[in-house]
Amino acid sequence: MEVSVLPIASAHKEKLISAGYTTLLSIIGVSASRLAQELIIPHREAVEIIKVTLKCSRAVGLEGTHAVLKGSRTAWEMLSDEQNLKLIRTGSEDFDGILGGGIHCGQVTEMGGVPGIGKTQLGIQLAVNVQIPVSYGGLGAKAIYIDTEGSFMPERAYQIAQACIMDTWENLGFSRKEIEDCQEKMQPDHFLANILYFRICSYTEQIAVINYLDKFLEEHKDVKIVIIDSISFHFRQDFKEMVQRTIVLNEMSRQLMKLAERFAVAVLLLNHVTAKHTEGSFQLTLALGDTWSHSCTNRVILYWDGNDRHARIEKSPYLPSASAPFSVTGKGIRNAIAHCKRLRMM
Amino acid sequence: MANKLVAHMGLAQSIANRLAARNIRTAKDALSLPEFDLMTLLGVDIKDVKEAVARISEVACPPYQTALSLLEERLMNDTSGSRLPTSLTGLDDALGGGIPFGVLTELVGPSGIGKSQFCLKLSLLAALPASYGGLDGRVIYIDTESKFSSRRMIEIGRNSFPKIFHSEGMAQEMAGRIIVLRQTSLSEITESLQQMKLKLLQHEVKLLVIDSMAALISGEKGSSSSSMSGSHPPKCPFSFLKSIAEFSRIPIVVTNQVRGHNNEEISRYSFLGKDTDRSVEKFETHHVAALGIQWAHAVTIRLIFEAHSGQKFIKVAKSPLSPPLAFPFTVSSSGVTLLSDDGIEMIGQEIGMIRCQGHCILNV
Repeated sequence: MEVSVLPIASAHKEKLISAGYTTLLSIIGVSASRLAQELIIPHREAVEIIKVTLKCSRAVGLEGTHAVLKGSRTAWEMLSDEQNLKLIRTGSEDFDGILGGGIHCGQVTEMGGVPGIGKTQLGIQLAVNVQIPVSYGGLGAKAIYIDTEGSFMPERAYQIAQACIMDTWENLGFSRKEIEDCQEKMQPDHFLANILYFRICSYTEQIAVINYLDKFLEEHKDVKIVIIDSISFHFRQDFKEMVQRTIVLNEMSRQLMKLAERFAVAVLLLNHVTAKHTEGSFQLTLALGDTWSHSCTNRVILYWDGNDRHARIEKSPYLPSASAPFSVTGKGIRNAIAHCKRLRMM
Repeated sequence: MANKLVAHMGLAQSIANRLAARNIRTAKDALSLPEFDLMTLLGVDIKDVKEAVARISEVACPPYQTALSLLEERLMNDTSGSRLPTSLTGLDDALGGGIPFGVLTELVGPSGIGKSQFCLKLSLLAALPASYGGLDGRVIYIDTESKFSSRRMIEIGRNSFPKIFHSEGMAQEMAGRIIVLRQTSLSEITESLQQMKLKLLQHEVKLLVIDSMAALISGEKGSSSSSMSGSHPPKCPFSFLKSIAEFSRIPIVVTNQVRGHNNEEISRYSFLGKDTDRSVEKFETHHVAALGIQWAHAVTIRLIFEAHSGQKFIKVAKSPLSPPLAFPFTVSSSGVTLLSDDGIEMIGQEIGMIRCQGHCILNV
């Protein structure tokens, strides 16, 4: 970009060129007072030249607030992006409440709990909920389900899809025309056809599939959630060396965060629990160790409290630490049965 | 997929040669290294490494299918309904027809409660001709504690299915379909299972029973309790068993023992705090499964056998399909029988507890 294109006095242009300022970039990089000295012009005019140069270069995309550094964004831009991000509801309003409305697209969320607490159920429920058509308040998108344990049951997915369709219709009070419009979409078969299922049998395959998702999501832009059930199964048994495991896991989590951001998909990782020795006693904690615990944006622990299942935000950059009861019913994830307002802030 | 050779993946020749020279032969070798390490090791640009990793990943990644095609495929392949009925009506209903194919089902409970009896009955059911509601297949019964009793099995058969077992030669044929393996070390069993993998499909084996898994693993590890709780996972053949179940589409039933609950042991999270109220008392009065939490994550269905208030119960403690129900049962000459086909719905955590008679008498 040459100085000659600048809309400034030709006398100034000549001075600029003779002083060695031939490109716009060279002008941007200098202070107004220095420029005034060098060109022997009033300070006011030097300021004007720099202003004009900045304006021009922004227009041609050389420099500007949008790209102070390549790929960076201002907090304000990020805020509006975040507000546009879609949410996937869990099926329980209380649970959604502590999550700030549901699972966020564009973020990595990890959920863990003891066997039988309902991790797989939650995974299936979200794979179904992401598909609720836009006209019914959903995302109308597809889901990828990466099953490392073989615990995904299509029969159960069918049940949950059925219940989800019934509830959606009931809650919204629909007109007859709308039903006909969505008749085809609102079938359990259609819901199942939109769950793309990968069965993984070793950690190598797990890494491979996560790497491959980069390309796969490029081809399947309508996928809005990636569920990995569970992230830890193969990693907890196939490794002899913990150092090696940590390295591989780090690489994987980096990749997952990149995917979440790049394609604005929600990434849900389901994790096991393990016993950890701290302060002289054994306590439950999510598996895969401390390094791993840094790698997800949100971390939710599912646990029993008395006779209710509860979910608790363990780590999140913006959500307050809170817990809420939920239940696993024949229909899927729902509010706790004996529902009373006991959402408590901690 | 993990052992696919890098050389056959259509990589650029130059990079394929470099990989071969560094002894990176399989997808597993290549993907276990971070991109940066790979770059230094191979001495090529990060761009080339990225391309190569993307290509290797694409090839090593198994193909996807939709949940719908998965469901249809299962409905098509499993002509026998994809379940092994237990002949206990209430339990069958709760489990959606019986023990499902393709996953691990665990029976856990104190000794002498009837786990092995239940396994014997299941073996018979899998061996019975289809016309009698069986699967008409072979059964592999891995008996790690030398508890298998053919006499008892025939007795259960005679009492449960008198028609078959009183006809000429049928008892022999039924019993002949059940192959008992008496091996006590994990490596032996893994080896025989590995050899069996193909045969399982060829010989129409319809059920694999391991009684008991706990004896197998605790024997192997010298049973230190910390190894049980999963901090140093014993080399359990979880994924191996799971893959057998899945690829042969057979049910695998394993039994697990209980051990006394140690108060130091933990089933609480740090944020719940030290719990000094009622639950401590409750926690003291029950048992926990001998294999730790890692194992519990691996099984798809967990049935708990327990005794309290002078009654024995089977509880559906973990299942992706069933509500938490408990069924009172008794062990009779025809094996395990339910006293009532209507399950008692359990609330909350109670479903996961393993109570045993002595303690609970005190408790009641």
